Amino acid sequence: MSALRTWSAIAAIVLSSTAGDVLLSRAMRQIGHVGELWRRRGLRAVLRAVVTHPSFLLALFFMATSFFGLLAALSWADVSLVVPATASLTYITNAFGASLFLRERVDRRRWLAALLVGAGVAVLAA
Amino acid sequence: MNVRRYLVIVAIIVFASFGDISLSYGMKRVGAISLARWTELVAAVFNPWVALGIVLLLGFLASYLSALSWSDLTYVLPATSFGYVLLALLSIWLLGEKVNVSRWIGILLVSSGVAIVTRGPAATHRSRAEFASTTGDSQ
Repeated sequence: MSALRTWSAIAAIVLSSTAGDVLLSRAMRQIGHVGELWRRRGLRAVLRAVVTHPSFLLALFFMATSFFGLLAALSWADVSLVVPATASLTYITNAFGASLFLRERVDRRRWLAALLVGAGVAVLAA
Repeated sequence: MNVRRYLVIVAIIVFASFGDISLSYGMKRVGAISLARWTELVAAVFNPWVALGIVLLLGFLASYLSALSWSDLTYVLPATSFGYVLLALLSIWLLGEKVNVSRWIGILLVSSGVAIVTRGPAATHRSRAEFASTTGDSQ
């Protein structure tokens, strides 16, 4: 029961974190280069563009879900399981998400990087 | 990538690392929270270490958003994972933690991933206008 609860929390954290990252990336890509926008129209325009973007607001919801999920999981499960598992799996799910929803060209180089980093983070954080 | 862009990547690494340390330290002081008393999670944000962690993670969010506005998600995430290597090296040098084989393997794996991804282009997606016009299409 305890293992099931922990792995359910890990799955929920990974999925909501991936949804948050993909939506944030989508929002920022549609807004465009923030440095140029800042120079052209000022900081207020940048902030307004970001905080009123629907994908950003949805991303915040998923990031908050992931954040509170992590806090909850850390309070009952071992940090040496929850942190490496969620951190490493998120690299893999983000590569899928970016390829599917953001149309990034996730070539062999990017997949290899995601797998190496995912494996390395799992080993380091354990 | 120019120097300013590398600095944004470094800022992401620094804010995320110190933010996580602060949060982790704070939650250890708060203690275990059961699902039945989930409202205690909201109260946890008033712990000073958790609050500092949240401020640092806001700094992370600002630099992260900036990076995502000019590069791919599958570039930013592996590139900033170097923070794990940095933390491991700092804990070895400053805290005198034991350097076991698995930790060196982890450092090597993450560093290889970072080296591979940062040698490629930062952005592979189509232009902003092209992207906006095709978002949602099945392609």
